[in-house]
Amino acid sequence: MAINLTLLGQLIAFAIFTWFCMKFVWPPITAAMDARQKKIAEGLDAAGRAERDLKLAQEKAADMLRETKQSAAEIIEKANKTANEIVEEAKQQARAEGERLLAGAKAEIDLEVNRVKDDLRKQVSVLAIAGAEKILGSAVDAKAHNDLVEQLATEL
Amino acid sequence: MANSNAEYIQHHLQNLTYGKIDGVWRFAQTAEETQQMGFWAIHVDTMAMSLLMGFVFLYLFRRVAKMANSGVPTGLQGFVEVVVEFVQNMVRDTFYGRNPLIAPLALTIFTWILLMNSLKWIPVDVIPGIADALGVPAFKYVPTADPNATFGMSIGVFLLIIFYSIKVKGFGGFSKELAFTPFNHWSLIPFNLFLEILGLLTKPFSLALRLFGNMYAGEVVFILIALLPFWVQWTLYGPWAIFHILVIPLQAFIFMVLSIVYLSAAHESH
Repeated sequence: MAINLTLLGQLIAFAIFTWFCMKFVWPPITAAMDARQKKIAEGLDAAGRAERDLKLAQEKAADMLRETKQSAAEIIEKANKTANEIVEEAKQQARAEGERLLAGAKAEIDLEVNRVKDDLRKQVSVLAIAGAEKILGSAVDAKAHNDLVEQLATEL
Repeated sequence: MANSNAEYIQHHLQNLTYGKIDGVWRFAQTAEETQQMGFWAIHVDTMAMSLLMGFVFLYLFRRVAKMANSGVPTGLQGFVEVVVEFVQNMVRDTFYGRNPLIAPLALTIFTWILLMNSLKWIPVDVIPGIADALGVPAFKYVPTADPNATFGMSIGVFLLIIFYSIKVKGFGGFSKELAFTPFNHWSLIPFNLFLEILGLLTKPFSLALRLFGNMYAGEVVFILIALLPFWVQWTLYGPWAIFHILVIPLQAFIFMVLSIVYLSAAHESH
Protein backbone atom coordinates (compact mmCIF):
# COMPACT_ATOMS: atom_id res chain seq x y z
CA MET A 1 0.00 0.00 0.00
CA ALA A 2 3.03 2.20 -0.15
CA ILE A 3 3.32 5.09 -2.52
CA ASN A 4 6.08 4.33 -4.96
CA LEU A 5 7.08 4.62 -8.61
CA THR A 6 3.72 3.22 -9.65
CA LEU A 7 2.31 6.69 -8.97
CA LEU A 8 4.54 8.16 -11.65
CA GLY A 9 3.70 5.35 -14.05
CA GLN A 10 0.00 5.92 -13.51
CA LEU A 11 0.40 9.66 -13.98
CA ILE A 12 2.18 9.13 -17.29
CA ALA A 13 -0.35 6.52 -18.43
CA PHE A 14 -3.17 8.86 -17.52
CA ALA A 15 -1.58 11.70 -19.47
CA ILE A 16 -1.03 9.52 -22.54
CA PHE A 17 -4.55 8.09 -22.46
CA THR A 18 -6.06 11.54 -22.13
CA TRP A 19 -3.92 12.87 -24.96
CA PHE A 20 -4.87 9.96 -27.20
CA CYS A 21 -8.54 10.39 -26.33
CA MET A 22 -8.39 14.10 -27.08
CA LYS A 23 -6.54 13.56 -30.35
CA PHE A 24 -8.05 10.45 -31.88
CA VAL A 25 -11.24 9.49 -30.05
CA TRP A 26 -13.23 12.50 -29.02
CA PRO A 27 -13.25 14.60 -32.23
CA PRO A 28 -14.43 11.95 -34.72
CA ILE A 29 -17.16 10.62 -32.43
CA THR A 30 -18.56 14.01 -31.52
CA ALA A 31 -18.29 15.13 -35.16
CA ALA A 32 -20.33 12.11 -36.25
CA MET A 33 -22.87 12.77 -33.50
CA ASP A 34 -23.18 16.43 -34.44
CA ALA A 35 -23.55 15.51 -38.10
CA ARG A 36 -26.29 13.04 -37.23
CA GLN A 37 -28.05 15.58 -35.05
CA LYS A 38 -28.01 18.01 -37.96
CA LYS A 39 -29.22 15.33 -40.33
CA ILE A 40 -32.08 14.40 -38.04
CA ALA A 41 -33.04 18.02 -37.58
CA GLU A 42 -33.02 18.51 -41.34
CA GLY A 43 -35.01 15.33 -41.81
CA LEU A 44 -37.64 16.44 -39.33
CA ASP A 45 -37.76 19.82 -40.98
CA ALA A 46 -38.20 18.24 -44.40
CA ALA A 47 -40.90 15.96 -43.03
CA GLY A 48 -42.74 18.96 -41.62
CA ARG A 49 -42.45 20.78 -44.91
CA ALA A 50 -43.63 17.72 -46.82
CA GLU A 51 -46.61 17.41 -44.52
CA ARG A 52 -47.49 21.03 -45.12
CA ASP A 53 -47.07 20.58 -48.86
CA LEU A 54 -49.24 17.51 -48.80
CA LYS A 55 -51.97 19.34 -46.95
CA LEU A 56 -51.79 22.18 -49.45
CA ALA A 57 -51.90 19.78 -52.37
CA GLN A 58 -54.84 17.96 -50.86
CA GLU A 59 -56.71 21.22 -50.43
CA LYS A 60 -55.90 22.17 -53.99
CA ALA A 61 -57.02 18.79 -55.25
CA ALA A 62 -60.27 19.08 -53.32
CA ASP A 63 -60.84 22.56 -54.75
CA MET A 64 -60.17 21.36 -58.25
CA LEU A 65 -62.48 18.41 -57.79
CA ARG A 66 -65.23 20.67 -56.54
CA GLU A 67 -64.75 23.05 -59.47
CA THR A 68 -64.70 20.19 -61.90
CA LYS A 69 -67.86 18.74 -60.46
CA GLN A 70 -69.53 22.10 -60.68
CA SER A 71 -68.50 22.67 -64.29
CA ALA A 72 -69.50 19.14 -65.17
CA ALA A 73 -72.91 19.77 -63.69
CA GLU A 74 -73.16 22.97 -65.68
CA ILE A 75 -72.18 21.22 -68.88
CA ILE A 76 -74.72 18.50 -68.29
CA GLU A 77 -77.40 21.06 -67.60
CA LYS A 78 -76.49 22.95 -70.75
CA ALA A 79 -76.46 19.75 -72.73
CA ASN A 80 -79.85 18.80 -71.44
CA LYS A 81 -81.18 22.21 -72.34
CA THR A 82 -79.70 22.02 -75.81
CA ALA A 83 -81.08 18.55 -76.28
CA ASN A 84 -84.54 19.74 -75.25
CA GLU A 85 -84.28 22.63 -77.63
CA ILE A 86 -83.22 20.37 -80.46
CA VAL A 87 -86.06 17.97 -79.74
CA GLU A 88 -88.50 20.86 -79.53
CA GLU A 89 -87.24 22.31 -82.79
CA ALA A 90 -87.40 18.91 -84.48
CA LYS A 91 -90.92 18.50 -83.24
CA GLN A 92 -91.91 21.86 -84.61
CA GLN A 93 -90.21 21.19 -87.91
CA ALA A 94 -91.91 17.85 -88.12
CA ARG A 95 -95.21 19.42 -87.33
CA ALA A 96 -94.68 22.14 -89.98
CA GLU A 97 -93.55 19.57 -92.51
CA GLY A 98 -96.58 17.46 -91.75
CA GLU A 99 -98.85 20.41 -92.17
CA ARG A 100 -97.17 21.35 -95.41
CA LEU A 101 -97.50 17.80 -96.71
CA LEU A 102 -101.08 17.71 -95.59
CA ALA A 103 -101.81 21.01 -97.32
CA GLY A 104 -100.16 19.75 -100.50
CA ALA A 105 -102.15 16.57 -100.38
CA LYS A 106 -105.35 18.47 -99.79
CA ALA A 107 -104.59 20.78 -102.71
CA GLU A 108 -103.86 17.80 -104.92
CA ILE A 109 -107.08 16.15 -103.79
CA ASP A 110 -109.01 19.32 -104.54
CA LEU A 111 -107.36 19.53 -107.91
CA GLU A 112 -108.26 15.92 -108.59
CA VAL A 113 -111.81 16.46 -107.41
CA ASN A 114 -112.20 19.46 -109.70
CA ARG A 115 -110.72 17.54 -112.56
CA VAL A 116 -113.04 14.62 -111.91
CA LYS A 117 -115.92 17.03 -111.60
CA ASP A 118 -114.98 18.57 -114.95
CA ASP A 119 -114.71 15.10 -116.42
CA LEU A 120 -118.06 14.13 -115.00
CA ARG A 121 -119.57 17.35 -116.25
CA LYS A 122 -118.25 16.70 -119.74
CA GLN A 123 -119.50 13.14 -119.69
CA VAL A 124 -122.87 14.29 -118.32
CA SER A 125 -123.08 16.87 -121.09
CA VAL A 126 -122.19 14.18 -123.66
CA LEU A 127 -124.78 11.92 -122.12
CA ALA A 128 -127.29 14.75 -122.11
CA ILE A 129 -126.61 15.47 -125.77
CA ALA A 130 -126.90 11.78 -126.55
CA GLY A 131 -130.20 11.67 -124.69
CA ALA A 132 -131.43 14.76 -126.38
CA GLU A 133 -130.48 13.32 -129.80
CA LYS A 134 -132.42 10.21 -129.00
CA ILE A 135 -135.35 12.30 -127.89
CA LEU A 136 -135.18 14.65 -130.82
CA GLY A 137 -134.30 11.98 -133.28
CA SER A 138 -131.80 13.95 -135.00
CA ALA A 139 -128.31 14.84 -134.42
CA VAL A 140 -127.74 17.81 -132.52
CA ASP A 141 -125.16 19.86 -134.10
CA ALA A 142 -122.54 19.95 -131.47
CA LYS A 143 -121.13 23.06 -132.91
CA ALA A 144 -124.46 24.80 -133.02
CA HIS A 145 -125.45 23.92 -129.57
CA ASN A 146 -122.08 24.26 -128.14
CA ASP A 147 -123.10 27.20 -126.05
CA LEU A 148 -126.01 25.33 -124.68
CA VAL A 149 -123.90 22.35 -123.79
CA GLU A 150 -121.35 24.51 -122.14
CA GLN A 151 -124.02 26.16 -120.13
CA LEU A 152 -125.38 22.80 -119.10
CA ALA A 153 -122.00 21.57 -118.15
CA THR A 154 -121.40 24.54 -115.88
CA GLU A 155 -124.77 24.22 -114.29
CA LEU A 156 -124.12 20.63 -113.29
CA MET B 1 -3.40 -20.64 -0.20
CA ALA B 2 -2.32 -19.03 3.04
CA ASN B 3 -2.63 -20.89 6.30
CA SER B 4 -4.48 -18.48 8.54
CA ASN B 5 -7.18 -15.94 7.84
CA ALA B 6 -4.90 -13.00 8.59
CA GLU B 7 -2.34 -14.24 6.12
CA TYR B 8 -5.04 -14.89 3.54
CA ILE B 9 -6.28 -11.31 3.81
CA GLN B 10 -2.80 -9.88 3.79
CA HIS B 11 -1.90 -11.95 0.77
CA HIS B 12 -4.91 -10.68 -1.15
CA LEU B 13 -4.08 -7.07 -0.32
CA GLN B 14 -0.46 -7.47 -1.34
CA ASN B 15 0.72 -5.89 -4.57
CA LEU B 16 3.07 -7.67 -6.91
CA THR B 17 6.04 -5.38 -6.43
CA TYR B 18 9.16 -5.18 -8.54
CA GLY B 19 12.02 -3.28 -6.99
CA LYS B 20 15.57 -3.18 -5.78
CA ILE B 21 16.30 -5.20 -2.69
CA ASP B 22 19.78 -5.96 -1.39
CA GLY B 23 21.21 -4.49 -4.56
CA VAL B 24 19.21 -6.80 -6.85
CA TRP B 25 16.15 -5.91 -8.97
CA ARG B 26 13.50 -8.59 -8.42
CA PHE B 27 9.95 -9.26 -7.32
CA ALA B 28 9.22 -8.93 -3.64
CA GLN B 29 8.25 -12.28 -2.15
CA THR B 30 6.85 -11.01 1.14
CA ALA B 31 5.23 -7.91 2.59
CA GLU B 32 8.42 -7.15 4.49
CA GLU B 33 10.44 -7.15 1.32
CA THR B 34 7.95 -4.83 -0.29
CA GLN B 35 8.36 -2.37 2.55
CA GLN B 36 12.11 -2.53 2.30
CA MET B 37 11.96 -1.52 -1.35
CA GLY B 38 10.64 1.93 -0.45
CA PHE B 39 9.80 4.41 -3.17
CA TRP B 40 11.92 2.87 -5.92
CA ALA B 41 9.62 0.01 -6.66
CA ILE B 42 6.74 -0.52 -8.97
CA HIS B 43 3.44 -2.36 -8.57
CA VAL B 44 3.46 -4.54 -11.63
CA ASP B 45 -0.10 -5.76 -11.11
CA THR B 46 -1.54 -2.25 -10.79
CA MET B 47 0.34 -1.07 -13.84
CA ALA B 48 -0.54 -4.10 -15.93
CA MET B 49 -4.24 -4.09 -15.12
CA SER B 50 -4.66 -0.34 -15.43
CA LEU B 51 -2.81 -0.26 -18.75
CA LEU B 52 -4.87 -3.20 -19.95
CA MET B 53 -8.09 -1.42 -19.03
CA GLY B 54 -6.79 1.79 -20.60
CA PHE B 55 -6.04 -0.04 -23.82
CA VAL B 56 -9.46 -1.72 -23.76
CA PHE B 57 -11.05 1.71 -23.40
CA LEU B 58 -8.98 3.31 -26.15
CA TYR B 59 -9.30 0.30 -28.45
CA LEU B 60 -13.08 0.21 -28.21
CA PHE B 61 -13.52 3.95 -28.55
CA ARG B 62 -10.91 4.28 -31.28
CA ARG B 63 -12.63 1.56 -33.28
CA VAL B 64 -15.88 3.45 -33.06
CA ALA B 65 -14.14 6.74 -33.83
CA LYS B 66 -12.69 5.22 -37.00
CA MET B 67 -15.99 3.96 -38.33
CA ALA B 68 -18.09 6.75 -36.86
CA ASN B 69 -20.63 8.09 -39.32
CA SER B 70 -23.82 10.05 -39.13
CA GLY B 71 -25.93 7.09 -40.20
CA VAL B 72 -27.87 4.77 -37.95
CA PRO B 73 -25.51 3.74 -35.11
CA THR B 74 -25.13 0.01 -34.62
CA GLY B 75 -24.08 -2.05 -31.62
CA LEU B 76 -20.85 -0.79 -30.17
CA GLN B 77 -21.20 2.62 -31.78
CA GLY B 78 -24.53 3.14 -30.02
CA PHE B 79 -23.06 2.20 -26.68
CA VAL B 80 -19.99 4.39 -27.11
CA GLU B 81 -22.10 7.32 -28.24
CA VAL B 82 -24.30 6.99 -25.16
CA VAL B 83 -21.20 7.27 -22.96
CA VAL B 84 -19.76 10.13 -24.99
CA GLU B 85 -23.04 12.02 -24.96
CA PHE B 86 -23.41 11.49 -21.22
CA VAL B 87 -19.95 12.95 -20.60
CA GLN B 88 -20.54 15.72 -23.12
CA ASN B 89 -23.74 16.80 -21.35
CA MET B 90 -22.03 16.60 -17.99
CA VAL B 91 -19.20 18.85 -19.19
CA ARG B 92 -21.61 21.23 -20.91
CA ASP B 93 -23.63 21.62 -17.71
CA THR B 94 -20.68 22.01 -15.38
CA PHE B 95 -17.88 23.61 -17.33
CA TYR B 96 -18.52 27.05 -18.75
CA GLY B 97 -15.12 27.79 -20.22
CA ARG B 98 -13.94 26.88 -23.68
CA ASN B 99 -11.32 24.20 -23.49
CA PRO B 100 -11.06 21.23 -25.85
CA LEU B 101 -9.17 19.21 -23.25
CA ILE B 102 -11.86 19.03 -20.60
CA ALA B 103 -14.38 16.76 -22.30
CA PRO B 104 -11.89 14.11 -23.48
CA LEU B 105 -10.26 14.28 -20.07
CA ALA B 106 -13.60 13.66 -18.39
CA LEU B 107 -14.34 10.79 -20.78
CA THR B 108 -10.95 9.21 -20.07
CA ILE B 109 -11.39 9.57 -16.32
CA PHE B 110 -14.91 8.17 -16.32
CA THR B 111 -14.36 5.21 -18.64
CA TRP B 112 -10.97 4.26 -17.36
CA ILE B 113 -12.01 4.31 -13.71
CA LEU B 114 -15.22 2.50 -14.59
CA LEU B 115 -13.30 -0.29 -16.30
CA MET B 116 -10.73 -0.53 -13.52
CA ASN B 117 -13.44 -0.61 -10.86
CA SER B 118 -15.32 -3.24 -12.83
CA LEU B 119 -12.47 -5.66 -12.25
CA LYS B 120 -13.84 -5.94 -8.74
CA TRP B 121 -16.64 -8.14 -9.95
CA ILE B 122 -14.12 -10.88 -10.61
CA PRO B 123 -14.33 -13.17 -7.57
CA VAL B 124 -11.44 -12.49 -5.20
CA ASP B 125 -9.70 -15.84 -5.57
CA VAL B 126 -9.73 -16.25 -9.34
CA ILE B 127 -6.80 -14.10 -10.43
CA PRO B 128 -4.66 -14.56 -7.27
CA GLY B 129 -5.31 -18.29 -7.63
CA ILE B 130 -4.02 -18.30 -11.21
CA ALA B 131 -1.06 -16.17 -10.11
CA ASP B 132 -0.35 -18.62 -7.32
CA ALA B 133 -0.42 -21.54 -9.74
CA LEU B 134 2.07 -19.70 -11.96
CA GLY B 135 4.37 -19.08 -9.01
CA VAL B 136 3.69 -15.34 -8.81
CA PRO B 137 3.82 -14.28 -5.13
CA ALA B 138 0.82 -11.90 -5.21
CA PHE B 139 -1.55 -10.22 -7.63
CA LYS B 140 -3.91 -7.45 -6.60
CA TYR B 141 -5.96 -6.95 -9.72
CA VAL B 142 -8.10 -3.89 -8.90
CA PRO B 143 -5.88 -0.89 -9.73
CA THR B 144 -8.20 1.64 -8.10
CA ALA B 145 -7.78 -0.17 -4.77
CA ASP B 146 -4.14 0.90 -5.00
CA PRO B 147 -3.58 4.52 -3.90
CA ASN B 148 -0.83 4.86 -6.49
CA ALA B 149 -3.39 4.63 -9.28
CA THR B 150 -5.91 7.00 -7.72
CA PHE B 151 -3.24 9.50 -6.73
CA GLY B 152 -1.70 9.22 -10.17
CA MET B 153 -4.94 10.45 -11.69
CA SER B 154 -5.78 13.01 -9.03
CA ILE B 155 -2.30 14.53 -9.24
CA GLY B 156 -2.74 14.70 -13.00
CA VAL B 157 -5.94 16.65 -12.44
CA PHE B 158 -4.20 18.77 -9.79
CA LEU B 159 -1.39 19.71 -12.19
CA LEU B 160 -4.00 20.73 -14.75
CA ILE B 161 -5.75 22.86 -12.12
CA ILE B 162 -2.49 24.68 -11.36
CA PHE B 163 -1.65 24.97 -15.07
CA TYR B 164 -4.99 26.46 -16.07
CA SER B 165 -5.19 28.70 -13.00
CA ILE B 166 -1.90 30.29 -14.01
CA LYS B 167 -2.75 30.27 -17.72
CA VAL B 168 -6.13 31.95 -17.29
CA LYS B 169 -5.42 34.33 -14.41
CA GLY B 170 -1.71 34.79 -14.87
CA PHE B 171 0.81 34.02 -12.15
CA GLY B 172 0.04 37.30 -10.40
CA GLY B 173 -3.69 36.83 -10.59
CA PHE B 174 -3.46 33.31 -9.25
CA SER B 175 -1.21 34.39 -6.39
CA LYS B 176 -3.53 37.27 -5.63
CA GLU B 177 -6.49 34.93 -5.54
CA LEU B 178 -4.65 32.72 -3.07
CA ALA B 179 -3.58 35.67 -0.92
CA PHE B 180 -6.74 37.81 -0.88
CA THR B 181 -9.60 35.33 -0.64
CA PRO B 182 -11.71 34.89 1.34
CA PHE B 183 -10.59 37.97 3.39
CA ASN B 184 -9.59 40.90 1.24
CA HIS B 185 -7.21 42.60 3.68
CA TRP B 186 -3.42 42.71 3.65
CA SER B 187 -3.12 41.80 7.32
CA LEU B 188 -4.89 38.51 6.69
CA ILE B 189 -2.65 37.41 3.81
CA PRO B 190 -0.93 34.61 5.76
CA PHE B 191 -4.26 33.31 6.97
CA ASN B 192 -5.72 33.46 3.47
CA LEU B 193 -2.69 31.75 2.01
CA PHE B 194 -2.89 28.98 4.56
CA LEU B 195 -6.61 28.49 3.90
CA GLU B 196 -6.41 28.63 0.12
CA ILE B 197 -3.36 26.43 -0.27
CA LEU B 198 -4.88 23.93 2.08
CA GLY B 199 -8.08 24.04 0.02
CA LEU B 200 -6.10 23.58 -3.16
CA LEU B 201 -4.16 20.63 -1.81
CA THR B 202 -7.30 19.03 -0.43
CA LYS B 203 -8.65 18.60 -3.95
CA PRO B 204 -6.32 15.86 -5.19
CA PHE B 205 -6.37 14.19 -1.80
CA SER B 206 -10.14 14.07 -1.61
CA LEU B 207 -10.36 12.79 -5.19
CA ALA B 208 -7.82 10.06 -4.72
CA LEU B 209 -8.74 8.97 -1.21
CA ARG B 210 -12.47 8.83 -1.93
CA LEU B 211 -12.00 6.45 -4.84
CA PHE B 212 -9.27 4.46 -3.14
CA GLY B 213 -11.19 4.22 0.13
CA ASN B 214 -14.35 2.96 -1.53
CA MET B 215 -12.60 0.40 -3.66
CA TYR B 216 -10.26 -0.78 -0.94
CA ALA B 217 -13.04 -1.15 1.61
CA GLY B 218 -15.18 -3.00 -0.89
CA GLU B 219 -12.27 -5.27 -1.65
CA VAL B 220 -11.72 -6.02 2.03
CA VAL B 221 -15.36 -6.90 2.49
CA PHE B 222 -15.22 -9.22 -0.53
CA ILE B 223 -12.19 -10.93 0.97
CA LEU B 224 -13.89 -11.26 4.35
CA ILE B 225 -16.92 -12.80 2.68
CA ALA B 226 -14.60 -15.22 0.89
CA LEU B 227 -13.39 -16.38 4.30
CA LEU B 228 -16.85 -17.61 5.27
CA PRO B 229 -17.85 -21.24 4.77
CA PHE B 230 -18.78 -21.77 1.09
CA TRP B 231 -22.45 -22.52 1.83
CA VAL B 232 -23.14 -19.06 3.29
CA GLN B 233 -20.90 -17.05 0.99
CA TRP B 234 -23.52 -16.53 -1.67
CA THR B 235 -25.96 -14.91 0.78
CA LEU B 236 -23.50 -12.06 1.33
CA TYR B 237 -21.49 -12.17 -1.87
CA GLY B 238 -24.56 -11.72 -4.09
CA PRO B 239 -25.92 -8.59 -2.38
CA TRP B 240 -22.46 -7.06 -2.06
CA ALA B 241 -21.72 -7.63 -5.77
CA ILE B 242 -25.13 -6.20 -6.71
CA PHE B 243 -24.45 -3.21 -4.48
CA HIS B 244 -21.31 -2.61 -6.49
CA ILE B 245 -23.41 -2.10 -9.61
CA LEU B 246 -24.16 1.18 -7.87
CA VAL B 247 -20.77 1.85 -6.28
CA ILE B 248 -18.57 1.21 -9.32
CA PRO B 249 -20.15 3.70 -11.76
CA LEU B 250 -20.88 6.13 -8.93
CA GLN B 251 -17.23 6.42 -7.91
CA ALA B 252 -16.18 6.83 -11.53
CA PHE B 253 -18.86 9.46 -11.97
CA ILE B 254 -17.92 11.39 -8.82
CA PHE B 255 -14.25 11.45 -9.79
CA MET B 256 -15.19 12.79 -13.22
CA VAL B 257 -17.64 15.41 -12.01
CA LEU B 258 -15.36 16.74 -9.30
CA SER B 259 -12.47 16.94 -11.77
CA ILE B 260 -14.66 19.00 -14.10
CA VAL B 261 -15.82 21.21 -11.25
CA TYR B 262 -12.27 21.83 -10.02
CA LEU B 263 -11.05 22.62 -13.52
CA SER B 264 -14.05 24.87 -14.10
CA ALA B 265 -13.18 26.78 -10.94
CA ALA B 266 -9.59 27.09 -12.18
CA HIS B 267 -10.88 28.81 -15.33
CA GLU B 268 -12.98 31.37 -13.48
CA SER B 269 -11.35 34.58 -12.47
CA HIS B 270 -12.81 36.54 -9.59
